[in-house]
Amino acid sequence: MTAMHQIHLKIGPAAFRIASAWRQPLDQLAALYRDYPAPVDDGVDFTVRLEPEKPWRRHLRPSVHIGGDFWLPDAAPLPLAQGLLAAEMGMNLQMALGWRRHLLLHASSVEKDGKALVMTGLSGSGKSTLSAMLAERGWRFMGDEFALLSLETGEIFPFPRLISLKNQAIAAMQNLAPESRFGPEMKATPKGDIRHLVPPTEAVARMDEPARPALLLFPRFGHEPVLRDMGQAEIFVRLTQASTNYVALGEAGFRALTRFVDEVPTRAMDYQSVEQAEEMIEGLWSQLP
Amino acid sequence: MIRDARPLVDALREPASVGTLNSGEWTELISIARAESLIGSLAHRLADVPVPDRVRAVLQDAMEAHDLARQQALWEADCARRALAAYPGRIVLMKGTAYVAANLAAGLGRSIGDLDIMVARDDLPVVEAALLDAGWEWVKPDPYDDRYYRDHMHELPPLIHRERDRMIDVHHTTLPLTDRPTPDARAMLDDAIPLDNGLHVMAPTDMVLHSIAHLFADGDLAGGLRNLWDINLLLRQFAEADAQFWKDLDVRARTHGLVRETHRALRLAARLYDTPVSRSSAGQSEFADHLHVRRLLARDGYGRETRKLTRFAFYVRSHWLRMPPLMLARHLWTKWRKGGTATK
Repeated sequence: MTAMHQIHLKIGPAAFRIASAWRQPLDQLAALYRDYPAPVDDGVDFTVRLEPEKPWRRHLRPSVHIGGDFWLPDAAPLPLAQGLLAAEMGMNLQMALGWRRHLLLHASSVEKDGKALVMTGLSGSGKSTLSAMLAERGWRFMGDEFALLSLETGEIFPFPRLISLKNQAIAAMQNLAPESRFGPEMKATPKGDIRHLVPPTEAVARMDEPARPALLLFPRFGHEPVLRDMGQAEIFVRLTQASTNYVALGEAGFRALTRFVDEVPTRAMDYQSVEQAEEMIEGLWSQLP
Repeated sequence: MIRDARPLVDALREPASVGTLNSGEWTELISIARAESLIGSLAHRLADVPVPDRVRAVLQDAMEAHDLARQQALWEADCARRALAAYPGRIVLMKGTAYVAANLAAGLGRSIGDLDIMVARDDLPVVEAALLDAGWEWVKPDPYDDRYYRDHMHELPPLIHRERDRMIDVHHTTLPLTDRPTPDARAMLDDAIPLDNGLHVMAPTDMVLHSIAHLFADGDLAGGLRNLWDINLLLRQFAEADAQFWKDLDVRARTHGLVRETHRALRLAARLYDTPVSRSSAGQSEFADHLHVRRLLARDGYGRETRKLTRFAFYVRSHWLRMPPLMLARHLWTKWRKGGTATK
């Protein structure tokens, strides 16, 4: 069998080996992750494999199958031009299926004054865009995909991988961040148009630094601006749905999540623009104890 | 670059062998162990040897994941027990669930997927009805597949529980009815050993022979390293507990028509895992042993399957063993016309 190209990446607490049949996605990864610290020489947690879907699809209309230590039987292949996306999806997949050292919440998170704001919701809720925007306005970016809830201390640990901007969010962020921080534009992926953004320097420099969760939001884009209280039962159930490893962690996951729901003030937030959202967030933030 | 699964076999057999691994080799070993579903077993084997910090964390994760898998498997077995409370016959747990239920070394860190149970063939309609009544449903509602299972297989078509999303395979013997060896299912049920909760596990010799039948006579050796590791641990534990074990195993292998398969399993276990087997039970080594080892180790340091040709040869062989040629042709033709993949 032919050898693969490979690189190692460390993002927050997790270390990855990305092996690929093609150089191109790894060169793109290496460029975008250039300011991340190299993994210490004590191995990695996961291997991601990018391989031709069929042997002849290495050169002929190259098609990337996402595999690795953990995999899904029905993962759809991507064209090689979207190889960078495939690598990111492969890393997310390893975390979602294999990570056990924290409770994983499918959520974005940012930090200010040593306290974390966690935002979760369905795809299209705007949680990723909001975290990217806030990160350019005085907040520390902690992650746009997974918030890692400590099973012991209840703190949120960062997982600041590349920010995955979709559709209109791409242009919006291009007004705020320099071109040098952007990855290649990928049109018409299964998730829409995608462009990756390198998180601010501070996010990477402090990626091992946790913060205590102080506010949980369920943002929803495209509705009249309003903040609503939510019952604890609803919050709990929606967070179990937002967690990829709640079931796999058993009792430890249950304890961490009930503690989180008990301790962290929570609101549902409808909004129509980032400015509105920011105003509501700053309002809530100033009232926190 | 690691070219085959040998380092995994070495680490399981001799934990101290990992002392020489560099960080790249550790990464490769972990990928291989995960791909072979042996990461939990490896974690338990390496519990007392020094390993790099990140590797220790990965192994700790694997142990905890398997602790939970064990708990879930026992819970699932108990769900089946309650669903079948009114059934007077014996319910025998098989494979991974049996190993953990009987607290055997082979259960330590073992991955467990479906629940496998065995009941008397005549009782299948009763058992089937009770399970359907308790919330299990058919996975493959396809008339051809359903007929195929009922006419030719050693188990009912798989059932899945609609709330817990867990599968159960209800066996009435240990090998497909079309296979050449025909194990004595009645004897297995009669000699099964009761657990405290009223469920049963197979007697030691039958437990080993079922694992052997599963490895050689019922598949293309996929997951074979894990199966052989089970066999290794079962043999060690049973032989140590009972001086008569090897003799009993010989006798029982003849009862089930699995003498050749047993000899080969013992030789391969000794060759890969250093199992202290009885010479007379293992027979003469054959050239085909070498091919089996090649197939079992066909995995590279990225966790990829290698040796495609060897793999394919064993795949073809698995169908050949299961079905007479005409039946195989008819089966593949039907499967092909349906546009499905011929995996069964």
